[in-house]
Amino acid sequence: MRKPEKGPSLADSLTSLAQAKSSDLRLEDGSEIAVIGGGPAGSFFSYFVLGQAERVGLDIRVDIYEPRRFDESGPSGCNHCGGIISESLVQILAAEGINIPPSVVQRGIDSYMLHTDVGSTRIDTPLVEKRIAAVFRGAGPSGLGESSWSSFDSYLLKLAVSKGAQVLRKLVNGVEFKAGRPHLRSPDGWNKDYDLVVVATGVTSNFFQLIQSLEIGYHPPRTVKTFICEFELGREMVQAHLGTSMHVFLLDIPGLEFAAVIPKGDYATLCLLGHDIDNQMVEAFLASPEVKGCFPDPEMIPEHVCFCFPRINVQSAVQPFGDRMVLVGDCGVARLYKDGIGAAYRTSKAAAKTAVLHGIAKEDFEQHYWPACHAIAKDNRIGKFIFAFNHLFQGKRFSQRAVLRMTSWEQQKKEGPRFMSMVLWDLFTGSAAYREILWRTFHPAFWVPFAWNLVAAVFSRGGDKKIGRSL
Amino acid sequence: MKSSALGRTYADKECIIRQGEAGDCMYVVQMGKVEVVREEGGAEVSLAVLDEGDFFGEMALFEKEVRSATVRSLGESCVLTVDRKTLVGRVQEDPSLAFNILRTLSSRIRKLNAELVRAKGRSGT
Repeated sequence: MRKPEKGPSLADSLTSLAQAKSSDLRLEDGSEIAVIGGGPAGSFFSYFVLGQAERVGLDIRVDIYEPRRFDESGPSGCNHCGGIISESLVQILAAEGINIPPSVVQRGIDSYMLHTDVGSTRIDTPLVEKRIAAVFRGAGPSGLGESSWSSFDSYLLKLAVSKGAQVLRKLVNGVEFKAGRPHLRSPDGWNKDYDLVVVATGVTSNFFQLIQSLEIGYHPPRTVKTFICEFELGREMVQAHLGTSMHVFLLDIPGLEFAAVIPKGDYATLCLLGHDIDNQMVEAFLASPEVKGCFPDPEMIPEHVCFCFPRINVQSAVQPFGDRMVLVGDCGVARLYKDGIGAAYRTSKAAAKTAVLHGIAKEDFEQHYWPACHAIAKDNRIGKFIFAFNHLFQGKRFSQRAVLRMTSWEQQKKEGPRFMSMVLWDLFTGSAAYREILWRTFHPAFWVPFAWNLVAAVFSRGGDKKIGRSL
Repeated sequence: MKSSALGRTYADKECIIRQGEAGDCMYVVQMGKVEVVREEGGAEVSLAVLDEGDFFGEMALFEKEVRSATVRSLGESCVLTVDRKTLVGRVQEDPSLAFNILRTLSSRIRKLNAELVRAKGRSGT
């Protein structure tokens, strides 16, 4: 016997209303997408949205608005970043069919040198293989003439163009909705309507105010100032003194969270992350013996040839999406202190898939794009806890000695688990989620030897500096 | 070989994977060429020469069988290892990541079918 048919419940009605709304706003043949910003997030979005559209037989047009030319050296062609492509991202991009060419990779990194106030040790990649890429985002530091390498951002932009994207060398200085569709303007009088606008402007752009004026509920991410500079050492000196290792510093300098010297071709890039980084902190860092020891002449660190104080995203934006609009990469969500390009890849691909497979309404992005962002933001909360814990260890010499002793002991072992090494490796490289790193520290095989090394470190002083110093 | 190429550097004729061994990763050629050979009854049959961007060893990602062929470097090459854990973990979150691998596998099945037809034609069956 059939049950009598009941009318739809309020929940059903709301669900169908939401579905109706999401199905109303979809990309169709001939749809046009504007991508504002041609950095990694913008290029990844364009590459993946065109690839997904091709697979489902959708004919769309993508315009990338990028006034800068990444093939130029110095600040005008640079996106101000340390330029490290994490181990996991290198592998995932290779699986996607995106193999970063040797002309773009300044140096393949196969190990980390950990420097603390009480000594240094080397951490090798588990497979003794160069799976981390050190790149220049632009064409290199200021004053560089013709270079024999290519910029990473330029490479990605060309990849997007090879999929069919058009690059418009224009600055967008106006965005508004006209008859429900986004309308862009540039200072030269150019203006155009689009079906979807993708904002990939990073965190140093003034574009945030324009987006906020649209009242889609967007609030920009919280940012902090960092410091990046380049030292010209020459290829042989870089090889002899830095090798294929990234040099990481956990020093007891107030406000300093993390510092690294990255070897790249003829140059070494210095990155400082922390709170309120200023010239005084930079000078204190460069004056420390552990840092001086990485340079050819410890008594005279050369003048940097290029420097900047860029800002990085440390807390995700609020609601980086709306009807016919989505914000990807740093202007939405980024990983805390690490793997910014990896976060750009993940958020851009999630946005591209949503736009092609689900729709371009606010509800579509909320349902299919936001979970990818939220997963990163949630992991960052664990990351903040790990960095706070790390800060405690960084401030005490005996705990620095314990970390160093345990890492050196693990690195000298021929086989067996290397818990401390893996925790540090993933923390420095950004290869694993912070959740995974925290989970590893709960293992008894981590805690038991660490507790032993803490006790041993209390009773031992000195003697650690020689351990694992060789490149 | 440029020091900036990613992956591990292999010398000419150096074995990258060996037929019959267990494996838990796939490989992507970054620079140079590699040769895929199958050993049958003491003799070697060359199956393919792979170039920059090509991958091999992907069967280990999908099944727990031993390596079905040996892969050796042809001249000096740089080959990147992709861990099963890294890739499978990401495929769980983003199944479309496997699309590129599936497209290559599909293309290889197409080539194998053509080879099979030619072999059957030669044997007259």
